[in-house]
Amino acid sequence: MILLDEVYKSFNANHVLTGTSLVVKKGESRVVIGGSGSGKSVILKHIVGIMKPDKGRVTVDDMDIARLKEHDLYEIRKKFGMLFQMAALFDSMSVWENVGFVLSRRGMLKPAKIKEIAVEKLKLVGLVNVENLMPSELSGGMKKRVGLARAIAHEPEILLYDEPTTGLDPITADAINDLIVSLKERLKVTSVAITHDMQSSYKIADSISMLYQGKIIATGTPDEIRNTSDPVMRQFITGSAVGPIKVEGVNNERTVNRA
Amino acid sequence: MTRLIERFGRAILSLLQKGVFVAEETGRIFLLLLATLRQLLLPPFGIVDIFRQMLEVGVRSVPVVIVTAIFTGMVFALQTYTGFKRFGAETLVGTVVAMSMTRELGPVLTGLIVSGRAGAAMAAELGTMRVTEQIDALETLAINPVKYLIVPRFVAGLIMLPALSVCADIIGIIGGYFVTVVLFNTSSVVYWKQTWTYLESADIYNGLIKACFFGGAISIISSYKGFYTSGGAEGVGKATTGAVVLSSMTILISDYFLSSWLFG
Repeated sequence: MILLDEVYKSFNANHVLTGTSLVVKKGESRVVIGGSGSGKSVILKHIVGIMKPDKGRVTVDDMDIARLKEHDLYEIRKKFGMLFQMAALFDSMSVWENVGFVLSRRGMLKPAKIKEIAVEKLKLVGLVNVENLMPSELSGGMKKRVGLARAIAHEPEILLYDEPTTGLDPITADAINDLIVSLKERLKVTSVAITHDMQSSYKIADSISMLYQGKIIATGTPDEIRNTSDPVMRQFITGSAVGPIKVEGVNNERTVNRA
Repeated sequence: MTRLIERFGRAILSLLQKGVFVAEETGRIFLLLLATLRQLLLPPFGIVDIFRQMLEVGVRSVPVVIVTAIFTGMVFALQTYTGFKRFGAETLVGTVVAMSMTRELGPVLTGLIVSGRAGAAMAAELGTMRVTEQIDALETLAINPVKYLIVPRFVAGLIMLPALSVCADIIGIIGGYFVTVVLFNTSSVVYWKQTWTYLESADIYNGLIKACFFGGAISIISSYKGFYTSGGAEGVGKATTGAVVLSSMTILISDYFLSSWLFG
């Protein structure tokens, strides 16, 4: 179980999380939606312990991530797999070396066996004959798939997705959604995805939470969210520039004039 | 008058802020050094990564070091010979070249070359890894980035700088020999005799201690600059420049203090 309890996080004068609370049960697929710069990525980075809260608590399976000793933190990270927004593939390594990276670092298996596993994981994300390519030779969608294969290579219990469909064409995006759903069914993982793509949220989520002004303002099933009457939620899911959420960098007057 | 005082106050304040910034940065570099030393002592030892970095930092720097050392040795011999001739001490050229190369020029020039070549590459590579989230990815894959990225670079710096320095010493002395003996037609026997008579082993190993220090400093400073890069491509550029400037300055400033301690 993943728990964020009243988490506060600021960067200089920018208060990103102001009492964020979130509970994700084992086996659940949660999507956190919210605008650009609302602190969604910061939530993921807190869960995996790359960032520490200024105040509040983040626990994974009842272990306080911020208070763990370095060694224990690295141990608990073995439970995680994370897909980054831009895939974050290691550009000095080939595709299979990327996918098999963790396995090779653990030093338990021979390179030939690792390659075999990597090829198998790549097949799972729908990629064949790419294992010897370098990341620079791949398209955006392929990079995300390789990133996904790398994230699942060590068979994690928890998968974190940072904007899995952002920057992809609608068809590739949907293929990634399908992949996430099938991974969920096949691997029975707990997952947290952050996105502002509503199509994707409805498809991959068991439940959706909305992050607004540093707090989770609502949580519900995709159907509940779709039929919400909350004005903030409605504006976000319908993608309107007019409403209680102000468009970043645009003054109110102009927003009103556009209406 | 009030304005003048205000401006004076503001200048003092900005100077203080810069002072605080320098102190903070020095502190953070030391913290990274401590983390690196700690990770260095914990298994697994990642020998392959260390060799890869030794190749990058050391072996690939050899051509530049050779060219720099040979011409430095040559010009040093040229200047010393013509200068010393004025008071009839041209037989001492071998001694001067050997002592300067081993005590000073070998380690310092090698340090400056490596900081410009390998230090810049380290900062740029780690900086790019930071801004493209590759370092975050390492952490989520439960790989300690300090151990995986910085330890091999640090060890490579510690080992390869003295090695390159020895190379520079020898090549520089050969360059000096070439100018003194071949171009100025002096006795080869005298050159070598003067070189070996006055050169002490302390000159060589103290020079290598300095080189070792420079190697560690270049690696840690450049890794630090790269590791904590922020702000996209521009940030990587700044980190790279910062790495070269700070490690060069560190080499030149620490050289004086190390020399006064080791040779004083």
